[in-house]
Amino acid sequence: MDKYIEMIRIRFLMMLAYRTNYYTGILIYSINIGAYYFLWKAIYGGKETIEGLSVLQMTTYVAVAWMARAFYFNNIDREMAMEIKEGKVAVELIRPYNYLTMKTMQGLGEGIFRLFFFSVPGMLIVSLIFPIRFSADIYTWALFSVSIVLSFLINTQINLLTGMTTFFLFNNTGLIRAKRVIIDLFSGLLLPLSFFSQGIQEVFKFLPFQGISYVPSMIFTNGFSFSETMQAIMLQGMWVLILIVPIQALWILAKKMLVIQGG
Amino acid sequence: MFYLQMLAQYIGQYLKTRLQYRSDLVVELVSDLLFQGVNLIFIIVVFGHTDFLNGWSRDEIIFIYGFFLVPFALFSSFFNIWDFNERYIVKGELDRILTRPIHSLFQIVLERMELESLFGAITGFVVMAYAGARLGLSINWYDPILFLIFVIGGVLVYAGVFILIACISFWADARTSIMPMMYNIGNYGRYPVDIYNTVIRFVLTWILPFAFVGVYPAAFFLRREEWYVYSFLTPVIGVVFFAISVFVWNEGVKRYRGAGN
Repeated sequence: MDKYIEMIRIRFLMMLAYRTNYYTGILIYSINIGAYYFLWKAIYGGKETIEGLSVLQMTTYVAVAWMARAFYFNNIDREMAMEIKEGKVAVELIRPYNYLTMKTMQGLGEGIFRLFFFSVPGMLIVSLIFPIRFSADIYTWALFSVSIVLSFLINTQINLLTGMTTFFLFNNTGLIRAKRVIIDLFSGLLLPLSFFSQGIQEVFKFLPFQGISYVPSMIFTNGFSFSETMQAIMLQGMWVLILIVPIQALWILAKKMLVIQGG
Repeated sequence: MFYLQMLAQYIGQYLKTRLQYRSDLVVELVSDLLFQGVNLIFIIVVFGHTDFLNGWSRDEIIFIYGFFLVPFALFSSFFNIWDFNERYIVKGELDRILTRPIHSLFQIVLERMELESLFGAITGFVVMAYAGARLGLSINWYDPILFLIFVIGGVLVYAGVFILIACISFWADARTSIMPMMYNIGNYGRYPVDIYNTVIRFVLTWILPFAFVGVYPAAFFLRREEWYVYSFLTPVIGVVFFAISVFVWNEGVKRYRGAGN
């Protein structure tokens, strides 16, 4: 276990060394939040609420969805693809740790770094510019924290799966890009999933994506009732468990047919 | 003439290299299409809850997005200078560029072409045709000509802004992440500018004139007469910004001292 915690620490320090890159990152996210803020204001027009969300809640939703993304988002799928393509994965496999767990831990180190140096200051800056309401309820914060950890796990698991496809496809840059676009839409980052038509929402219920962004953001904006929150968090936990199955299966398969291209 | 010949030569070479890896090319096109699809889905879902966005209807917004795709596709095919600093300044590649017998900027454009982005223009035409048909837009004899002029104006706006930002590397050697930021600001131009506040509108019109790539020129074809002045300003703004950027580029090249090894 120690070695995994050490890995989180090292990744955290590595990110710390390059922290200047992140100041512009906050600006980029703020620009995105700004664009959606004006867009949503125009969409609401004179309306009080749409799908149970007020303008204020909507603005908060957009802001928290983007800032939470900084925490759960990572590029380990691209890193894995690089390591597999360059053959470095061969060395990784003989090291005394589980490659996939290690990748997850590196992602976590990155996530913790961004939480402190990106999400928190970013959220403060954004709340100065746009009207955003923070919940005063301690339970909301607690549930949000649990939910956001689960979103990290689901997103990372999906990244592991995408990364592992490199073993079979050799070149999957297009797939990684497509996955990112799909997650942005299906996870509820761009707009709350409750805005979709009933039929499509039914489909979403059978997909893991809503656990990535929609659930934590709705909890943060108090858009869910207590029972809905509990149900949503349970669902997130269930997906974390379910996704272990394809990851393990693909991993065993991948190790069997691994071809190191050069090295 | 010589420049056109060079362009043809480079395009030929480019096609050869790309067609060597066809499956990769197909996946890339599909993911581009997916990206454009997501933006359209966003518009469609949102308009399931409202009829007008500040007086603009769903089909008008879709039309603006379709128009935006055409200049944007041309821009991203020919002006991939977003990594100019790392690729040319830090690695000293610009030394090589300067020994070539054509203008340095044109040489970089040739080297960094990504012609597959042109497919985005086809998507744009399809989207415009769909929205235009639903709106019952008429096409006059002069529309195609103006369309061409507006599209070129939009491309020049985008190119001008991005070249100017690339030029920062000539004066400051710090790594900047302004480029990705600009892409995000560019997205503001896809929606009617009157939904933003006055400051952002002013910026999008006169300082980072991305509104001239989407909503302003598209307003002409939507027959929104209140925006006509801005529509017709599109080529002017494009030429002005592009001319400034080429001027600054030339000044920058004069100052260039090489990466030093």
